[in-house]
Amino acid sequence: MLKQLRAAVVMLVAMTVLTGLIYPAAITGIAQLLFPYQANGSLIVKNGTAVGSALIGQPFDDPKYFWSRPSATTPYPYNAAASSGSNLGPTNGVLTQTVQARVDALHRVDPGNTAPIPVDLVTASGSGLDPDISPAAAEYQVPRVARVRNMDPATVRQLVAQNTTGRFLGLVGEPVVNVLELNLALDQAQGK
Amino acid sequence: MTANAVVQIAIYVAVLLLLVKPLGLYMARVYEGQPIGLDRVLGPVERLFYKLSGVKSDEGMDWKTYALAVILFSLVSGLVVYALQRLQAYLPLNPQSLGPVSPDLAFNTAVSFMTNTNWQNYGGETTLTYLTQMAALTVQNFVSAAAGMAVLAAVIRGFRSRSGRLLGNFWADLTRGTLYILLPMSIVVSITLVSQGVVQTFSGYVTETLLQPTTYQAPQTDANGNPVKDANDNPLMQTLPLTQTIVAVGPAASQIAIKQLGTNGGGFFSANSSHPFENPNAVTNFVEMLSILLISAGLCYTFGKMVGDTRQGWALLTAMTIVLVVLIGVATVAEQNGNPAFTTAGVDQSASALQSGGNMEGKEVRFGIVNSAIWATSTTAASNGSVNSMHDSYTPLGGFVPLAMLSLAEVIFGGVGCGLYGMLIFVIIAVFVAGLMVGRTPEYLGKKIESYEMKMASLTFLILPLLALDLTAAAVVLDVGKAGILNPGPHGFSEVLYAFMSQADNNGSAFAGLNGNTLFYNLTGAFDMLFGRFFMMIPPLAIAGSLAGKKVVPPGAGTLPTHDLLFIVWLLFVVVIVGALTFFPALALGPIVEQLIMIH
Repeated sequence: MLKQLRAAVVMLVAMTVLTGLIYPAAITGIAQLLFPYQANGSLIVKNGTAVGSALIGQPFDDPKYFWSRPSATTPYPYNAAASSGSNLGPTNGVLTQTVQARVDALHRVDPGNTAPIPVDLVTASGSGLDPDISPAAAEYQVPRVARVRNMDPATVRQLVAQNTTGRFLGLVGEPVVNVLELNLALDQAQGK
Repeated sequence: MTANAVVQIAIYVAVLLLLVKPLGLYMARVYEGQPIGLDRVLGPVERLFYKLSGVKSDEGMDWKTYALAVILFSLVSGLVVYALQRLQAYLPLNPQSLGPVSPDLAFNTAVSFMTNTNWQNYGGETTLTYLTQMAALTVQNFVSAAAGMAVLAAVIRGFRSRSGRLLGNFWADLTRGTLYILLPMSIVVSITLVSQGVVQTFSGYVTETLLQPTTYQAPQTDANGNPVKDANDNPLMQTLPLTQTIVAVGPAASQIAIKQLGTNGGGFFSANSSHPFENPNAVTNFVEMLSILLISAGLCYTFGKMVGDTRQGWALLTAMTIVLVVLIGVATVAEQNGNPAFTTAGVDQSASALQSGGNMEGKEVRFGIVNSAIWATSTTAASNGSVNSMHDSYTPLGGFVPLAMLSLAEVIFGGVGCGLYGMLIFVIIAVFVAGLMVGRTPEYLGKKIESYEMKMASLTFLILPLLALDLTAAAVVLDVGKAGILNPGPHGFSEVLYAFMSQADNNGSAFAGLNGNTLFYNLTGAFDMLFGRFFMMIPPLAIAGSLAGKKVVPPGAGTLPTHDLLFIVWLLFVVVIVGALTFFPALALGPIVEQLIMIH
């Protein structure tokens, strides 16, 4: 018994040093050396300050920008210090009401658009930080953004295409449009 | 199902199966103590561990000593994880100045990690310091996984033993499993993940300025921080400006690699692998999904190799794969069909080249329906429990899939080591029932299965329904239990059932709407995880100890072959009847009745 207890204590200490300190520290060293951009959060730096991360979404409610997906983080949307989904169940009335309110909000800023709304644009993501929308959700917003910005829809579509990533090897994953990078590109195209 | 869905599922299963033989062969050599190449580099470390802890690695243990060693190691582990959380405020690597974790939450989390469950009542980025994540959680991710694999190695030695009652040395199995299997694989996976954007840094959280300043609604609070209410007792809301946000980072990749490989599943971040810093794109998602099942699948081959008949391992793997593929299919179709309430609201849920469509609540665009469904099925097949989408928001039929996997007692791949020794218990029951039909003493791998083995096997599979159903019943009757439920109706019942099945199974995923961070759920959950872990681990060791002493009977004309298609189908029947039907009444009250409500 005592012999096994001693082994248990010493083994755990040894394992802690190896897998709890040396291993993460070594991986951090390698990561910072080989992939510093990725390891520090894929930050987009403009004029010396971080304006965001290419991997973390931001909230948009101005009609001139492409909107991100709804976010269920608290206390504010896209809180990247407390990731969370809504966890609302499929038959929960609160979910139905919330989706309806999001549909209405999109209709308010673009009354002429009666097309069905792509589902990702009115549902909250699992992390609450989804940086992407589907190409369908981008296409749905192109007429509005072009009109508000006085831009040619074809130019806007071109920017959407430039910020779209297809499936890996054409097969794995889903095609995505990075909202923050797309909106930065829009501002840049108009010289802002 | 879309053509692309079929292709993605096929690629996943094919790559997994292709890696089984090479990995399984390698792991067999590790547990047989044969030269493996890596021992030339890490051999000195291995010997140093033995020397420091006073272990003679070639000294065999009987089953009781082996079980004692596992239990002592787990208890010491639990104490250390608890202490680190309580003391984290005074320890280094705490750039966000987080305070100590509350006693009941720290207890739940300690049990959660020492039992390889990784149930997440803690919030990751909001609760735990970098040091706690590394020295407490990451360490347990390694050693609780290595302990499960060690017990499997011991059980296999019992099945194949030709003489004597010794099952090997726990400390040697633990050390070799960690050094030669988990550590090298984690290094490869974590560097791959970092290259794709998973964060790995000791720096503090980053503040960024939003491109578009906006506002948000929050409840008003008075000077004491209490919410202000109007005459009707509704909270008054105020509009606050939002111009900056804080982005949590940390040494995530090193932990995520082992949380997937070791079927642990506890996230570095609260949202687990749906968080873009844990799982940024299709490549990381594929690597992580593969890691969930890889070792458990490989161990089937290791088993066959170690008992000297690889067909036995392939038979078990085939049975597991059949259940996996069928349930991935069900989840994909259910989620692809989406939520009828969304369509009524004017939402387009159809799958096309431009969107994955379907029920996207709680799912990430980059994973869509297919990769969310594969993950949800795999993570509950294995007792991994990490998530890349929120299971609570699945359609009832889609959410039925993880619940069904949990009801099968985590033997479809299952936790590393634990899944396979759990499946071997079902094999014993299957040969026993078959033996009853022809009136012959059942045998498996030449060992007679007698009343002692059957008692222990029954004990093993009864513990899951005993724990999960009784605790669920208690929670839905008591006010403290009902208080944690988020969603109304049958879905709320599913949340509670899922929680206690997941913890008894040492899975760790959740219908996360349930607020589990309360005194009631922290304590009942910890109890659930402890009993689930050790009552499903000690009886298989006892069986191995008993079988080890038995003579091998040469196969005769009446021996039931346990490697052909007939046996695979028979085994599946037994798993489904014993496992799933036990839970059918409970599942009928949850997802089944909710599905009927939804389509009407």
